[in-house]
Amino acid sequence: MDVEGQRPMVSWENSTLAPVDRLRCERADSPTPGLVEGTEPGAVHQSAMFVHTQSFEDLTAEAEEAQREAELDQTDECTQELKALVVGEKTIEEQHNNSDISSESRAKEEDVSSEAWRSHRKHVFVLSEAGKPIYTRYGTEEALSSTMGVMMALVSFVEAEKNIIRSIQADGCKVVFLTKSPLVLVGVSRTCQSDKELLRELQYIYYQIVSLLTLTQLNHIFQHKQNYDLRRLLAGSEYLTDNLLLRLDRDPGLLLSAVTCLPLASSARDVVSSSLQTAKAKNLVFSILLAGDRLVTLVRKKDQYLHHIDLHLVFNLVGSSSSFREGEGWTPICLPKFNTAGFFHAHISYLEPASELCLILVSTDREDFFNMSDCKQRFVERLSKRSAYQAMKEALKCPSYSVEQVGIPELRHFLYKSKSSGLYTSPEFPHLYQSDEEQERLMGLYQDLHSHLHHPTRPLRSFYRCSQTENLLAWVTSGFELYLCFSPLGTKALAVSAVNKLLKWIRKEEDRLFILSPLTY
Amino acid sequence: MGENVQTIPGGAQPHKDRTLNRQVRTLRVKMVLLGSSGVGKSSLAVRFAKNEFRDTSPTVGCAFLTQVVHVSDASLRFEIWDTAGQEKYHSVTPLYYRGAHAALLVYDISKRETFIRAQLWLKELEKHYIPGSTVIFLIGNKGDLAWDRQVSVQEGQNLAHEKGLSFIETSALSGDQVNELLLDVGKIQNILKVPLDGSRHQTEYLTVNRINAHFSLMYWISGVKK
Repeated sequence: MDVEGQRPMVSWENSTLAPVDRLRCERADSPTPGLVEGTEPGAVHQSAMFVHTQSFEDLTAEAEEAQREAELDQTDECTQELKALVVGEKTIEEQHNNSDISSESRAKEEDVSSEAWRSHRKHVFVLSEAGKPIYTRYGTEEALSSTMGVMMALVSFVEAEKNIIRSIQADGCKVVFLTKSPLVLVGVSRTCQSDKELLRELQYIYYQIVSLLTLTQLNHIFQHKQNYDLRRLLAGSEYLTDNLLLRLDRDPGLLLSAVTCLPLASSARDVVSSSLQTAKAKNLVFSILLAGDRLVTLVRKKDQYLHHIDLHLVFNLVGSSSSFREGEGWTPICLPKFNTAGFFHAHISYLEPASELCLILVSTDREDFFNMSDCKQRFVERLSKRSAYQAMKEALKCPSYSVEQVGIPELRHFLYKSKSSGLYTSPEFPHLYQSDEEQERLMGLYQDLHSHLHHPTRPLRSFYRCSQTENLLAWVTSGFELYLCFSPLGTKALAVSAVNKLLKWIRKEEDRLFILSPLTY
Repeated sequence: MGENVQTIPGGAQPHKDRTLNRQVRTLRVKMVLLGSSGVGKSSLAVRFAKNEFRDTSPTVGCAFLTQVVHVSDASLRFEIWDTAGQEKYHSVTPLYYRGAHAALLVYDISKRETFIRAQLWLKELEKHYIPGSTVIFLIGNKGDLAWDRQVSVQEGQNLAHEKGLSFIETSALSGDQVNELLLDVGKIQNILKVPLDGSRHQTEYLTVNRINAHFSLMYWISGVKK
């Protein structure tokens, strides 16, 4: 591979955004509104690492969705009736207790008839088509069997009319349904998220369950025994779903359908990537090096692409479990966006006992443990001889950057996603947004902007919004998506000029913030 | 990495033991931990490998740890396969107990259902059992919860006696009896004539005599206790 350590620095004095020399021919001259995909800051040089995703549309806009859209109007009338029914029967919606959310500490023992249980911001329920409870975010499944029975009754009632129930609005509360045979997922939310956003989150939960069992196994089980209690098979993994739900509230990557990288000099990253590339094996499909929730590098088999959803499921698995710290982990894992029918086998281990660096080697063969272990060994041996290893460890000490580095005083925070690479970058949360509540509030604002930009029928190109606490600007082009948060004292003109400045900064830093030359074996 | 003592190079070449400055052989012991979810298999494995107590999150799939023990004329490389107790992973567990020298069947003395499940595990093991290849140990873990005991020592002993297993009660939390358990694993020498299949290490298999094995483990234990 070509190590591009000495890539010349871009000169910014002439204030053009054109990349230097050899890049010039490959990239557009400037990331202006007309910027096309593949030339935006952070775009990859060769083919991207991920399944090519325009945006999160590919997550929700599945064939069935379009069909549902058409059916929505017909269901409307029906929904009105159901609304009354739901409000009466479940009473979840009736409580407007906006007091702070009770601590996240294991909420399983909660009394499901209590005020506290009802006032959670977002409930998620999973049930089988026979109406058997499979998962609830709060409380115990046993205590909710009648509630879930009602949910299933709603679904079947509408289905009987050859319709599909999508959502119910009841004062201040949204109930969203997702039927993914053999499972039914229901979200009950007090947030201002759109149906589409909630549906996207339910999709994630669905994929989480599939990644543990495979769809083939799920179908097989329910074909043989409709009444099967799936909790038996999911026992001990509920925490993965719990954590995924937390991530959905806090991690911009899940919102943007993108992942973020550990900021690292491209010369060091290239050495790490090539060391990983060399440590290959016959059945090895993906080698992924993570630093906490950040991607260091990803090497894949030629022609095999990883989907960002699958990668987020891997992030969630690794981030949720301490068990990989004790030894080398070896586990079957289904990557549902790759193939819902079968398992891959993942070798998961940390490079050093107390290190944040976690290596995931994905193989197709379940007997490949020692081969994978060997690959890891070779990678570590090779890497430890190089100075890049030390550079990477240094980079780990400051895995993020502050927004001040950009040099725009009014700018508090931003999210920038390069569409062609499926990678995003974002500074650490500033002082004002340090608490979990504030971070979730800001994420909520971003989610709101996001749903306006990706509205199924009236998508916006840009969106500016002033409020008492912050001013927000969102902008989408064919090449990137950008979400900015400014102090409430700024003006619109200031925000617009900041965009240009920020894009220049990202272009300047793209070597460090993005993976520009992903490798294959 | 589970390996915290010293990597034994693959291949049957003897290497120098630094302390004793003598030629030593490397012998592999494949050990698998089986049992219900939450009985403390991972905590036992960590106790074996690092002599620490860790309240771990549920094991995902399987974890592989190693512990190397040096004795006068041999190194024992314990390869510990710590399996997940969760039902969804049961389809892959035969991969791990196949060819194992020792299978440690763990239950929680304060949870009767884990004892019942251990018996089901035993049936499963017997299906794949090759006489003379695997020694099965029945282990009542969480001895520190004796005040909340649901399975008596006698019951454990009876089951072990009936099925011809070794039996011991341990506590991964306090480390109690864990050393004694390892001492029992020393009995392994009776059955180590069966080579492991598909392994990448071509080290010798443990064929040392009984006294030697006992000695080695005591040697290790005395080190562990310090």
